[in-house]
Amino acid sequence: MQPILEMRGITKTFPGVKALTDVNLSIMPAEIHAVVGENGAGKSTLMKVLSGVYPHDTYEGQIFFDGTERKFTGIPDSENTGIIIIHQELALVPLLSIAENIFLGHETGQYGVINWFEAFKRTKELLAKVGLKENPATLIGNIGTGKQQLVEIAKALNKSVKLLILDEPTSSLNETDSNALLELLKEFKAQGISSILITHKLNEVMKVADRITVIRDGKTIDTMETATGKVDEDRIIKAMVGRELTDRYPPRKAQIGEPVFEVNNWNVYHPTQSGRQMIKNASFHVKRGEVIGIAGLMGAGRTELAMSIFGRAYGQKISGEVKLHGKVIDVSTIPKAMDAGIAYATEDRKTFGLVLIDHIKHNVTLANLEGVSKHGVVDDLHELQVATKYRKELAINCSGVFQTTVNLSGGNQQKVVLAKWLFSDPEVLILDEPTRGIDVGAKYEIYGIINRLAEQGKSVVVISSEMPELLGISDRIYVMNEGRFVAEMPAKEATQEKIMRAIMKSWES
Amino acid sequence: MTDTAQRSTTKADLLHYIKGNIRDYALLLSLLAIMIFFQLFTNGTLFKPVNMTNLILQNSYIVIMALGMLLIIVAGHIDLSVGSVSGFIGAVAAVMMVTWKMDPLLTAVACVALGAFIGGAQGYFVAYYRIPAFIVTLAGMLVFKGLALTVLGGASIGPFPQEFQLLSSGYVPDIFGGSDFNMLAVVIGVAVTGLIIYLNYRERQNQQAHGLAEEPSLIFYGRNSLIAAGFLGFTYLMASYKGLPNVLIVMFALIALFVFVTTRSTFGRRIYAMGGNEKAAKLSGVNTERLTFAIFAIMGALAALAGLIFAARLNVATPKAGAGFELEVIAACFIGGAATMGGVGKIVGAVIGAFIIGVMNNGMSIMGIGIDWQQVIKGAVLMLAVFLDVYNKNKA
Repeated sequence: MQPILEMRGITKTFPGVKALTDVNLSIMPAEIHAVVGENGAGKSTLMKVLSGVYPHDTYEGQIFFDGTERKFTGIPDSENTGIIIIHQELALVPLLSIAENIFLGHETGQYGVINWFEAFKRTKELLAKVGLKENPATLIGNIGTGKQQLVEIAKALNKSVKLLILDEPTSSLNETDSNALLELLKEFKAQGISSILITHKLNEVMKVADRITVIRDGKTIDTMETATGKVDEDRIIKAMVGRELTDRYPPRKAQIGEPVFEVNNWNVYHPTQSGRQMIKNASFHVKRGEVIGIAGLMGAGRTELAMSIFGRAYGQKISGEVKLHGKVIDVSTIPKAMDAGIAYATEDRKTFGLVLIDHIKHNVTLANLEGVSKHGVVDDLHELQVATKYRKELAINCSGVFQTTVNLSGGNQQKVVLAKWLFSDPEVLILDEPTRGIDVGAKYEIYGIINRLAEQGKSVVVISSEMPELLGISDRIYVMNEGRFVAEMPAKEATQEKIMRAIMKSWES
Repeated sequence: MTDTAQRSTTKADLLHYIKGNIRDYALLLSLLAIMIFFQLFTNGTLFKPVNMTNLILQNSYIVIMALGMLLIIVAGHIDLSVGSVSGFIGAVAAVMMVTWKMDPLLTAVACVALGAFIGGAQGYFVAYYRIPAFIVTLAGMLVFKGLALTVLGGASIGPFPQEFQLLSSGYVPDIFGGSDFNMLAVVIGVAVTGLIIYLNYRERQNQQAHGLAEEPSLIFYGRNSLIAAGFLGFTYLMASYKGLPNVLIVMFALIALFVFVTTRSTFGRRIYAMGGNEKAAKLSGVNTERLTFAIFAIMGALAALAGLIFAARLNVATPKAGAGFELEVIAACFIGGAATMGGVGKIVGAVIGAFIIGVMNNGMSIMGIGIDWQQVIKGAVLMLAVFLDVYNKNKA
């Protein structure tokens, strides 16, 4: 049998990074094919290549679909041939009805006048196909995420789909909705529609997939057939995380002391959807001079946890207690959290960390202007000394402290963010993805800074999606999944497999 | 930075520096060019002492409001209500002083406080309910325009007591008793010029001590000579008419205060940080809500002061007072280099921007250009200034 889709030797380069290297993927007709891999392995990039988000001349390699070579220039192009992708972030308009959403951009009617009768009739048929019992006139915003997912699929069916791509379709669904969705995929299979299922949840993969392709660091590692019976979760996990620990980590000689910072029974709800609990009864602690790592998949709730602790910068209906040196502290606003001795360096330094249009000097002192001023008047010279000091200490590579931060490299921007928080002299530093998007050399330097902080007796919490990094720099590792702490282990005993298994296990239970 | 000494001499570096800082110099040179242009086309009327004095009096309220507006624009907001608020305050002041016969000083203080309250009320909705400032102040614009009419009962109220008129028509008495020539103006003018040059010089010395002096010395001395010449020439013009108008003193004091606040204070620094990246500022512990509230309150107080000055100048409060001021004030800030996205802008720029508009108003009126074409030309200048800004930025 001929494969319906064949991607051959796909290589995609971004400035400075090779996102995909010689990736091959073939999908048979009426097949459910799972694509698995760690955060940042290249799954989404591959799907963007397939769906034409990256036009055909921006990558190397060939795509064959339905027997002919395709050179997609955009999403409409790939949709016309029958490839429909449903993204993790649903692309529905909440204030429009189900029918309006399904026909958005493909309205039925003539001369720009919509035939509502036809639209509603077709919507009912489509909803019946996906097993959704809702009135087509219901607003999208008024139905749950699971049902929204089904509307997305109905929308895809309306476009005569041959290959359906689902990116993390069950990440925000509960057990029942997830199962219903997987059953639907099986039904489509029976009708001859192929699906690509991108997911982290290996139990789901084992349930429905015919074949599994593992991607790691932008390369296809293995394609396994579930029917052979030789495939189990362990084998998949090994293939997913088998990255060698080539990154080097500077040694640390920190003295770990008594517990300094404790968070107990922390609960947080989604800022706009008040029924959705993002953090569920989380408790953790950090000792003096200790670096802890929080591992987890994208969307595990790590950033939400950190931001909700840091002056309730995220979420609502927050409950639980935060203790510093055994005393409960008030972290209800950002200034209060900072006064108590907490610092939080955000994940996205460009959007949340830096005033990009301003220079290094002003950014370094922003969180502690009192430290360089008297009676509300900034002492320019003192400020200059502070900025120059951190520039030297952290080896910020720049033409001078008056260089605008937008012109700095990612690693140096991150150092400016760190300098800002070091100058506010906190006891507890929460670093969210401190090395994301920066080169190896700068990473090593940042690890060195983290070590120095621990040696000075600070407590450091590192949130990172790169497991080798967490293993290399932490003393203790917590694993988070779906808003819960699901495992805790000393870094010495931790391995990537152990962390992955803890995550998978938490889904099964 | 050992290359500072060499750098200041080479011609290529000089050009490079000018290119990098073209905005600051272009603005000052534009004002100069516009003044020379009108001096020529009004047959020398523009620089006559009496006209210069008038120019100051006519523009003082725009300049004063531009100070507050700059803070608001830097913070990433806008205030459309300032014209209406200043008109409303003028009306309230007229009722208090003329109808109720209240003390002018007490009235002035109460009016400025009322202005701050009005600004604060609008700022409250912007800061704490996150309603766009455009909407809040558009509403305020309508509300206070209407209230001004109500307070005045649709008629004009005046004249004001003598002491109040002095705010706009009075001059600082010449304690040195110069007869044709106002000696006090000369003394103050020379002193202020000296002070500005001294402060610039000291800053440069400080920079040099730390190897941070980026401005080539040629430009530094040229710029300061130009500033000194401008101030001394201005002093001469003032002194040869009636001396220093009271308004001028108020205006300069406020300009100095706002330059200080924006460049040296933590308050000013936080406004720039908030305008540059509100989320980052908030996550760095800046109380962005309170800051937004405060700058709107300041804007309200300045609009009130401007309203008092305008009323005192006309010596009557009319229902139409303040109409269209907001546009000139906002235009002044943007001509002066403030960024529409927030985070960028200088007080001196806004002041120069206000004077560019003022000189154009004055010059075109003397030339006898109708109000219709004046508007067209002013609009074109605003568009051109912002376009050049954006064009330069995209090229860089």
